[in-house]
Amino acid sequence: MTVDWQPVLLSLRVAAAALAVVAVAGTLAARAMTGRHFPGKDVLDGLLVLPLVLPPVVTGFLLLVLLGRGGPVGAPLERAFGIRLLFTVHAAVLAAVVVAFPLMYQSAKAAFQGVDRRLEDAARTLGAGEGRVFLTVTLPLAWPGLAAGVVLAFARSLGEFGATVMIAGNIPGETTTVPLAIYFLADAGDMRTAGVYALLISAASMALVVGLNVWARRRVPGWQRGRRG
Amino acid sequence: MKRLPHFTLDVDFAVRDEILVLFGPSGAGKTMTLRLIAGLERPDAGEVVLDGRTLVSRERRVWVPPRERRVGMVFQDLALFPHLDVTRNVLYGARLRGDEARARLERLLDTFRIGHLARRWPAELSGGERQRVALARALMSDPDVLLLDEPFSSLDLETRRAVQDEVVAAHGTWRIPFVFVTHDREEAERLGDRMLFLRAGRQEG
Repeated sequence: MTVDWQPVLLSLRVAAAALAVVAVAGTLAARAMTGRHFPGKDVLDGLLVLPLVLPPVVTGFLLLVLLGRGGPVGAPLERAFGIRLLFTVHAAVLAAVVVAFPLMYQSAKAAFQGVDRRLEDAARTLGAGEGRVFLTVTLPLAWPGLAAGVVLAFARSLGEFGATVMIAGNIPGETTTVPLAIYFLADAGDMRTAGVYALLISAASMALVVGLNVWARRRVPGWQRGRRG
Repeated sequence: MKRLPHFTLDVDFAVRDEILVLFGPSGAGKTMTLRLIAGLERPDAGEVVLDGRTLVSRERRVWVPPRERRVGMVFQDLALFPHLDVTRNVLYGARLRGDEARARLERLLDTFRIGHLARRWPAELSGGERQRVALARALMSDPDVLLLDEPFSSLDLETRRAVQDEVVAAHGTWRIPFVFVTHDREEAERLGDRMLFLRAGRQEG
């Protein structure tokens, strides 16, 4: 039995690329949605979180319809730029982005809601503009929640299967990430190699979650350590 | 003037270099009045003018954001930044830079007797110490007026008297208008050069 490392490297690359998008988009979306009221807010919020509750296969199916050659997004994209997303590594990244986004968004939203608005007001009366308020007050106080969102989103991207298989397919070296490799190896009866991959991804996910817990406990800043009961 | 869910807040007053006490029961609109002056809320009508500078005027469509108003505020729960130590809290709003800022910082830490706490976190301070840090932080930003929103309501009587005296002393030094909100008559009489009674959004006397 020889283990092919390509799916592992590909999974890491796809998850890292997805995380870069999700971390920024999730944080900005959460920031835009907290402390603001507008008609249709609940519906928009529901849409942003939808991929979390939909079966990934359904998310993948919807993306397949949208991005297909005749689809409302896929057709103009191909006509205007000659871009075809489906069944490329970009589709694998997109699938990971869509399913991981809600985790980042939810964590960030909870983190921002936990920041006392009066602290932001205080910063404003002290001469801080909105950018400085965000960078020096909101972000540092929301940081633990944002970090948790980043770890969860990365772990989710790493394990993404349903939406990926729908829109990226199983092209070795291009779209065959670890979860896809596991599925197709098991399907072909190679339980040993599938098992190795399964072990790898379980260990990686476990390490991420445990690492986050340890970090959250250790990296308690002085201002929290000093807090009185 | 600001329309609120239960009543309309309608106040009209001028304040010189004195301590004006806004006095009245809870929910009379005292805090809202301060928030309107600071620019944390927008009025539905009317204007706020500071030293001839219009900060907001619904009629003339003027709006100066809070960061440019030079209105200092001490919040009811003080709103000290929990993730910054005392020095960085006080320096947050500093308009001065370099040596000048450091000199002013030293002076404020001295005035409020909090120099020994410079490296402490807000969570490590007693109630009275937190009040003093909040006062120092607000004054460090060189405000043209200082608003104080029931800052001492959570203190025991003795500490309360002490910081009240410090407010009076600070007012003597800074010579800017202080607008002090309280629902405690004794505090109002002790501090105020002038008193404004507010009930359900209306001023009386």
